[in-house]
Amino acid sequence: MTAAPDHTPTMTRLPLMVRLEPWLPALLVPALVLLGWLLIPYQSSWLTLTVSGLAMGMMIFVIASGMTLIFGLMDVINFGHGAFISFGAFVGVSVLLMLSSLTGAPSLMLNLLALIAAVIGAMLVTGGLGWAFERVIVRPVYGAHLKQILVTMGGLIVAEQMIYVIWGPHEIFIARPEAFKGAVTFAGAALEKYRLVAVGFGLAVFLAIRWVLRSTKVGLIVRAGVENGEMVQALGYRLRLVFVGVFVAGSALAGLGGVMWALYQEMITAHMGNEIMILVFIVVIIGGLGSVEGAFIGALLVGLLQNYTAFLEPKLALVSNIGLMVAILMWRPQGMMPVIKVK
Amino acid sequence: MPDPLMPDPFLTLEGVKTDIAQYHILHGVDLTVPRGQVTMLLGRNGAGKTTTLRTIMGLWKPREGRILLDGADIAGLAPAAIARKGVAIVPEDMGIFANLTVEENMILAAASGPFDRERLDWLLGVFPPLRTFWKMPAGNLSGGQKQMLATARAMVEERALYLIDEPSKGLAPAIVSTLARALRELKAAGATILMVEQNFALARALGDRVAVMDDGRITWAGAMAELAADPALQERLMGLSMETAR
Amino acid sequence: MVRLFLSGDGPRSAILGAILLMALFALAFAPFIFPGSRALETAARICIFIVLVASYDLLLGYGGIVSFAHTMFFGLGAYGVALATVHLGRGWDALALGTLAGTGISVVLAFVIALFSLRVRAIFFAMITLAVASAVAVLVSQLSWLTGGEDGMNIQIPRELTPAYRPFEEPVLGTRITGRILNYYLVFFASLALFLMLLRVVNSPFGRVLQAIRENAFRAEAVGYRVVFYRTVATCLSAAVAALAGALFAIWLRYVGPGTTLSLEIMIDILLMVVIGGMGTIYGAVIGATLVILAQNYLQNLMGRASEATSGLPLIPDLLSPERWLLWLGVLFILSVYFFPTGVVGRLRGRA
Repeated sequence: MTAAPDHTPTMTRLPLMVRLEPWLPALLVPALVLLGWLLIPYQSSWLTLTVSGLAMGMMIFVIASGMTLIFGLMDVINFGHGAFISFGAFVGVSVLLMLSSLTGAPSLMLNLLALIAAVIGAMLVTGGLGWAFERVIVRPVYGAHLKQILVTMGGLIVAEQMIYVIWGPHEIFIARPEAFKGAVTFAGAALEKYRLVAVGFGLAVFLAIRWVLRSTKVGLIVRAGVENGEMVQALGYRLRLVFVGVFVAGSALAGLGGVMWALYQEMITAHMGNEIMILVFIVVIIGGLGSVEGAFIGALLVGLLQNYTAFLEPKLALVSNIGLMVAILMWRPQGMMPVIKVK
Repeated sequence: MPDPLMPDPFLTLEGVKTDIAQYHILHGVDLTVPRGQVTMLLGRNGAGKTTTLRTIMGLWKPREGRILLDGADIAGLAPAAIARKGVAIVPEDMGIFANLTVEENMILAAASGPFDRERLDWLLGVFPPLRTFWKMPAGNLSGGQKQMLATARAMVEERALYLIDEPSKGLAPAIVSTLARALRELKAAGATILMVEQNFALARALGDRVAVMDDGRITWAGAMAELAADPALQERLMGLSMETAR
Repeated sequence: MVRLFLSGDGPRSAILGAILLMALFALAFAPFIFPGSRALETAARICIFIVLVASYDLLLGYGGIVSFAHTMFFGLGAYGVALATVHLGRGWDALALGTLAGTGISVVLAFVIALFSLRVRAIFFAMITLAVASAVAVLVSQLSWLTGGEDGMNIQIPRELTPAYRPFEEPVLGTRITGRILNYYLVFFASLALFLMLLRVVNSPFGRVLQAIRENAFRAEAVGYRVVFYRTVATCLSAAVAALAGALFAIWLRYVGPGTTLSLEIMIDILLMVVIGGMGTIYGAVIGATLVILAQNYLQNLMGRASEATSGLPLIPDLLSPERWLLWLGVLFILSVYFFPTGVVGRLRGRA
């Protein structure tokens, strides 16, 4: 019996161009920043807008990452995701208002403590809400996209109304903690401290999610499940549990995004979730379903574009993002870095 | 028609009927797979062979019937539960996770814990391309290499039952012979295998027992030697003889 | 004769038939049966929403296409009329031109959207329509020099349709006939015509192919029907009817604004009505629109009183507050999707 001939190619690594090709979309971000620099008259304005854009992008990313994983893994469209954002914001703000002594203090430590408490509170509540949502509203309609859209929209309405019931109909204003107030000057531009922090924090969340997906077994299961859920089950994993876990995590991330957004706007309304959801949808679509990296790049693009056009031609802000979506879909109909292909 | 002289049955299907949507595919399958032997499942395309394997794995739920694995009825259990009982499937489409590396595919398959280093080394020796492409995304492998990965995944831990679906489909003879070698080593180690295979040469070389399937039912079951020695029987059951077919 | 009218698609249920007959009667004679402008207002609203929801049912129930752009077409029809009257005066020609323009633009836009959907998956399509509709709503609010922004625009309608106009000196059947009542009958007859037309469409070969595509697009294509063509036509037709409904709404209300036509609330209302009424039935639109609008108007009163009555208890009065109307509608909506997937009409027909 002869041994099988050796099938190893002469190179065990793919050529550079082939390896880089999926990452081309990442170049769009610096390209857009450059475009902004060319179009915006004042360098200082451009700098401020770029930071705002990146900060907004980070917040949208935090929310979109959960949504794209939920859709990628579970094939579930949750139109109620916006409610988690709003709920997270309201819970977080309530915690901050309760801890006003901590937020009012000039100490960074105490401020951070209050923020962490707010974030944990928000994420716990929205995570729990997500769990309930999955059990009651989503689980009965697995596999039926139309019903999912309808039912989760219903859930959105109910959740939003519950915010009115619990917190009343008016908007609530929230001041940023002392240490995060104000701005630093850099190259003639005033850069809000909070926004800089938001950029750093968002980046940390991105890296954390990436780490979990790439270096833990659970992450492995999620990534494999996005591709072929049946095979994952045939390997012995209870995908159902992973589903619920991802849904809860995604909802908690939406809550986190809500808190970040609340402090960005310094005001919260029950509607705020819906307003951002349009941008989140755009990000999920252009990023490619199931791709956290795609959502990251997409979110930065959307955030930057939103801020640049709001400065240059305010009326075109949302329309410009629609234009971005159309352009990207023309280039790559599945999104920039899709993990799941056509069904 | 289970063989009354069957040695030590490990897997038994009794009257299994499976539907897919509104189509009846399995019309009452009675099949016995003896422990420690390789059972080949032969038949024309559309006979229901893949459906049988998938039903055993729990990927389709049988409408009726029992599936006894070492005495316990697993019909209707979730695939994950069946997998945990030691059943592994190498599906027709291989089920490779293209975005994961070869290493990650193997890690996932070793569900019960870290790799058995010795076993892994042996596997990589049987399938050298896997070692070469260890850190590469599995989607970049060629068809034959993917099949090697799919098979290696099933073999990364010792399983109670291997369900293998047409491993040689569309592969070059050289790769088929690598696979045959791996399966032979599995068999030598005493594994219980139920394999669907259209390649008669491979089936005859590896199979101890054979069951022929047609139209959702088992039409004949017995020793491979018996079927191989009777061209007329082969002609009757499968429409052609194993000698002439390639 | 009646079968011809209804394009062979009868109620198929005695109760449903009775309800529809009652509704038809009530709407046809509303100015005479229900005194007061509030009742007439409700009746007109019901007529228009029946058409709006039926056109959505064509797309969703028969075509299986989920789109959130429907309110956009509704708004385009309305704004078309508004802009025409602002620039061309208060004549009938302005109304006609405005209606035509609004409908035309809607069809073109629908055509573009339908073509775009070729490139993307169905689920993307739903999200994209949502994004586009939101963008248009925002745009309309912002282009205040053209559209009146948040405040909207007032519409000058021909004198014959205003309350000031009195064609007859004597009251007819106990009610004084004014231009407003003429306006109402314009709405009523136009709505009836559009409704019957939609019934015709879904029962035509076109409608049947559309349903076949909804069930299994792949198979339909394999059998030889160009799925793209049918879906595009369905989208455009649905958009056109929605725009016409919008034009009627503008003429009746004599006002148009982003809140009355383009808001997400209206889209949600449409969804509620089509689901509760019954998807894929066209008659469901009648049931759904009537139920929801009647409840919206009169149930809120009830809730208000219940809220006052329980004012001592914690949380309950907030839950029952008339402003929380949408909460209960949402709950009803979710329950409908689960327990009445075929809606009221489906239930009455015994899911036949």
